[in-house]
Amino acid sequence: MSKKHNKLEAKNLNAYYGDFHALKNINIAMEEKNVTAFIGPSGCGKSTFLRTLNRMNDYIEGFRVEGDILLDGRDIYAKDVRVDELRKEVGMVFQKPNPFPKSIYENVVYGLKIQGIKKKSVLEEAAEQSLRQAALWEEVKDKLDKSALALSGGQQQRLCIARALAISPSVLLMDEPASALDPISTAKIEELIYELKNDYTIVIVTHNMQQAGRVSDYTAFFYMGELVEYNKTKSMFTSPKNERTQNYITGRFG
Amino acid sequence: MTNSELNRLKDKAFQIFGIFCTFIGLVVLAIFLIDIVMEGAKRLDWDFLTSLPSRRASQAGIKTAWVGTLWILVLTTLIALPLGVAAGVYLEEYGKKGRWANFLEINIANLAGVPSIIYGLLGLEIFVRQMKLGSSLLAGALTLSLLILPIIIVTTREAIKAVPRSIRDGSYALGASKWQTVWNQVLPASFGSILTGIILALSRAVGETAPLIVIGALAYVPFTPSSPLDEFTVLPIQIFNWTSRPQEAFLTNAAAAIIVLLLLTFLLNGIAVYLRNRQQRKVKW
Amino acid sequence: MRVTEKIIEGLLWLSALITILVTIGIIWVLLSESIGFFKEVSIVEFLTEKEWTPLFANKKFGIMPLVAGTLLTTLIAIAVALPIGLTIAIYLNEYAHARMKQIVKPMLEVLATIPTVVYGFFALTVVTPFLQQFIPGLAGFNALSAGIVMGIMIIPMISSLSEDAISSVPRSLREAAYGMGSTRLQTSFGVMVPAASSGIIVSVILAISRAVGETMIVAVAAGQQPRLTMNPLVPIETITTYIVQVSMGDVPQGSLEYKTIFAAGITLFVFTFALNNLSFWIKKKYQEKYD
Repeated sequence: MSKKHNKLEAKNLNAYYGDFHALKNINIAMEEKNVTAFIGPSGCGKSTFLRTLNRMNDYIEGFRVEGDILLDGRDIYAKDVRVDELRKEVGMVFQKPNPFPKSIYENVVYGLKIQGIKKKSVLEEAAEQSLRQAALWEEVKDKLDKSALALSGGQQQRLCIARALAISPSVLLMDEPASALDPISTAKIEELIYELKNDYTIVIVTHNMQQAGRVSDYTAFFYMGELVEYNKTKSMFTSPKNERTQNYITGRFG
Repeated sequence: MTNSELNRLKDKAFQIFGIFCTFIGLVVLAIFLIDIVMEGAKRLDWDFLTSLPSRRASQAGIKTAWVGTLWILVLTTLIALPLGVAAGVYLEEYGKKGRWANFLEINIANLAGVPSIIYGLLGLEIFVRQMKLGSSLLAGALTLSLLILPIIIVTTREAIKAVPRSIRDGSYALGASKWQTVWNQVLPASFGSILTGIILALSRAVGETAPLIVIGALAYVPFTPSSPLDEFTVLPIQIFNWTSRPQEAFLTNAAAAIIVLLLLTFLLNGIAVYLRNRQQRKVKW
Repeated sequence: MRVTEKIIEGLLWLSALITILVTIGIIWVLLSESIGFFKEVSIVEFLTEKEWTPLFANKKFGIMPLVAGTLLTTLIAIAVALPIGLTIAIYLNEYAHARMKQIVKPMLEVLATIPTVVYGFFALTVVTPFLQQFIPGLAGFNALSAGIVMGIMIIPMISSLSEDAISSVPRSLREAAYGMGSTRLQTSFGVMVPAASSGIIVSVILAISRAVGETMIVAVAAGQQPRLTMNPLVPIETITTYIVQVSMGDVPQGSLEYKTIFAAGITLFVFTFALNNLSFWIKKKYQEKYD
């Protein structure tokens, strides 16, 4: 393994929805400035796990976790951790583009505004920078005050990425970010992920085996709430150690 | 005639009866509106709108009444709007599902079914007597606010329920707190529907008569109110007062005042319908 | 910032709490004043005496005439609104085109937005003179006109709630009926109405509750003469009208006459409370059935 430090770690993590045991004793360490892909059939727990990494499941009734999730060595479920601070560090992009029903500009600066930043020059600069990072600037720079809902699906998703980047997180969680998009938009998002991993630690959930192969450095295969196999993507796709992994990536189920 | 022919005949007959029933209400409404306009329009002039009440039908006007109605409209909005929206937000976004939430819900449904005159008795005892507001505009507006509170709460809840989960998730994921999410995302996104509900509730308040009579809103007020603590009358009470007099001339006055009241009611409803349609035409989630 | 969050949540909670306070307030106000009333008038007299004359020299406190007046106008209103409202619901569901439904429904809703005092004016000045041409014995104030007009007012309530109930009957049921060669009429009354019966009953109960509490139509058009009768042609008085009548005059606070309006009020409240909760109960049972 490489010498990069572990950005995110889960130790003996168990998660429950009421009586349902959704994640079973997960142990995993994800390196910084890498792309880690979570794969597995629907309902295997990969999205649940992703959402525990920025505590988005806090709002679901009956959900609870046991064990630790460490961000830079610090437990994010510790009592003194503030969820809003955590989420500034760990950004998230969702399956379906979910721009706010506001202007493009307001979408990008929302995260900064709620932190109390009001200075126009700061906001404008941040907006431009994150839109550039999300490879959207050239397409929208003349219509920043137009509604974000008027953009195409692919543009909306890149806007959501820009919105997440604007608050300068160090981790970016992506929950099947291209599943609702057409092939061209998907290619753009993948290209973008490749660019972004220079600066960010990226965790991506995907249904699409080829996509995992294209964008990720490491892949984790989940099945029935368990982490079955975790390895460098290349090794996993060429010589999976577990039979279930092999069956899945060769398309025999899932 | 065969059985099946008979059945078809019955079917046709019911269809005609259905059309009859559907339009009978509307026909009655039309007859009534025409009657009112024919009776009242001749009396409706500038003098009628700007004159104070009088014991002589021909000199009486509705100035105090419509000024009172506008006061009530504004004060009721100021009181009921923040309370109702806040309660709706609490129930939908904060209230944990469970017994307490269930209880609140049943309670609100019950309040919506309490006859308006009972709210009058509540207002009489609490606002007029205990809080010593007298039969003032403020007492009237508080009473009507409680009356329309359930409507506002229910429409607020429905409006914010329609805001998709993904918008909230997007906001939370950027580090927003619950209230920041509600204030910056949920409320602006549902504002149109909330406004529609509030205007419909206000149109109900504008037409209310019974609770205001009970709290003692006077039918004869020789001055226009200038502060929330003044006594007042409103259009419906003025109409009621004139309708209960035997002289034909007062009935004409009542008809003329009804035209004004209906215009106001239809205006409010029209705005609400317009807002609702505009809201529906806006981008679907 | 956490503190602000807590303060805001507290304020929102308080606003929600107000709805509870309103309920407590209503019950407390009605009870405390009626208890004063029942200290002076026995509850037996209140329920069994056949005359209601608190404003006369010879005072009698039997609520029955007011209840009878209320029930009479309610009965007439429902007799008008139920057949018409239900027919509209069936017609819009099974016969009318979607386009027509779209136009007619909001037009019917207009009926529900007109202030009730305006309906009262209509009952008194149009409906009563019209009916007097056919019914010579009809008094100027009577339960019949008030009841009919009240019925027209609550048509949209019954039609739209029943229509919702009928259109939520599973498609498969209707298709099964048509599949066996039923006419629209047979499908409606043989299958749809029975299947939607609980929803229709809920709409009727809510309409009754509305009619019982209705004030201005009866105050304007039905008269102010408490009378233990089911004759729709003579002046009567409802519970609500009595409260209005006392409120219009100068009855001194704290007097027995003053307390009578709270005793009348609590009677009214008990009726509507029972009806509303009955409707919630039926609705809940019915929802469970379909889930």
